[in-house]
Amino acid sequence: MKLAVLSGKGGTGKTLVSVNLAAVAKNSVYVDCDVEEPNGHLFFKPVEIKKEKVSIKIPVVDEDLCLGCRKCVDFCKFNALAAIINKLIVFDDICHSCGGCIMLCPSHALTEMDKVIGEINSGISEKVKVISGILNTGEASGIPIIKELLSKISAEEKMTVIDCPPGSACIVMESIRDVDYCILVAEPTVFGLHNLALVYQLVKLFNKPHGVVINKWMAGENLIERFCSDNQITVLDKIPFESELGTINSDGEIAAKSEKYYGLFSELLKTVVKEVEHETVTHS
Amino acid sequence: MKIAIPADEKVLASEVCMSFGRAPYFYIYETTTKMGDFIENAAASSPGGAGVKAAQIVVDSHADILITPRCGENAAEVFKATKLEIYKSTLGSIQNNIDAYMDNKLAVLDQFHAGFHGVGGN
Ligand code: SF4
Ligand code: SF4
Repeated sequence: MKLAVLSGKGGTGKTLVSVNLAAVAKNSVYVDCDVEEPNGHLFFKPVEIKKEKVSIKIPVVDEDLCLGCRKCVDFCKFNALAAIINKLIVFDDICHSCGGCIMLCPSHALTEMDKVIGEINSGISEKVKVISGILNTGEASGIPIIKELLSKISAEEKMTVIDCPPGSACIVMESIRDVDYCILVAEPTVFGLHNLALVYQLVKLFNKPHGVVINKWMAGENLIERFCSDNQITVLDKIPFESELGTINSDGEIAAKSEKYYGLFSELLKTVVKEVEHETVTHS
Repeated sequence: MKIAIPADEKVLASEVCMSFGRAPYFYIYETTTKMGDFIENAAASSPGGAGVKAAQIVVDSHADILITPRCGENAAEVFKATKLEIYKSTLGSIQNNIDAYMDNKLAVLDQFHAGFHGVGGN
């Protein structure tokens, strides 16, 4: 079973929920797709780390062969090429590695070169397999890293929790493509509601079964609860606003390892599993 | 000598466009003949890399000077391969800015902003 944990903005408890779900599931896999700021490993402190580089293919020009015909410049719809005083400049941070320019150059002046954009670290933390993607700073797109991360878990049978990048851009869509269920984490503030509405749009667009976890919940009138009932969204759980939980979390500890919070997260996991099973029944 | 200025509209009284890559037009002014033309910026509507393409268009117009409120790192990289000089526009119309340049009143632009691509994660 593959679960994705999403939120419209970073710092809303997305990592808290994903880390603790993977921790209570025990024999599980935690995948950090938040490649610009992967921090799940800070909680798991995995050992036996294996590192792999992730690279993309970018064109390089052989100036002696280039005719200055500009066919490649006109072709590149990402505008990653410029021909200035008959010298071709490649902007690798805009290049999408489509390979088109290399194919069409009439004088074979362009060839592929590997450019490392980040890495994937895999390790073990007790019974949880921890896989994190890291995008080097300055690189435009983490999508190649996400694709690599997901290909690693495509045949995974164990409970897999994917900590998605914040927001609702292409990179998030990529991360939830193959999941069975999306967990949307939101805080009960006006901003929290706005951010929730954005990710909610996204999961609806992809037709993914989903439910909401309210973080920093306090008794009383609640914006998120109202939004959920108006839109008939399941509220999976409410994580209470408690300073104890905040302290555990900011100390980089896994809350579910304490008796008090183990129950909370294992209940959440049970609820989600039930939801997924229910979905499978109603959709087949 | 040729001067290029990003323009919102095809009139000299128009303000200098706040964006370089996404400006609808460039005004190309020849200082010796004191004549100018508006050219279309084909990069304005491109989904990404507008700065690079707009810089290509400006270089292809044989401009020696660019007057613009801002300029991205990638466009600056294109210009670095040429002799083109970049000046920072001041408030006012395109005509005001040409006059200001001629009176040596414009400062060199040497701060370039990072690309906006990637934000939104394409
Ligand atoms: S298509 Fe090939 S020969 Fe033509 S400008 Fe590009 S690299 Fe040079
Ligand atoms: S590989 Fe594709 S995106 Fe990259 S420069 Fe060539 S045509 Fe443009």
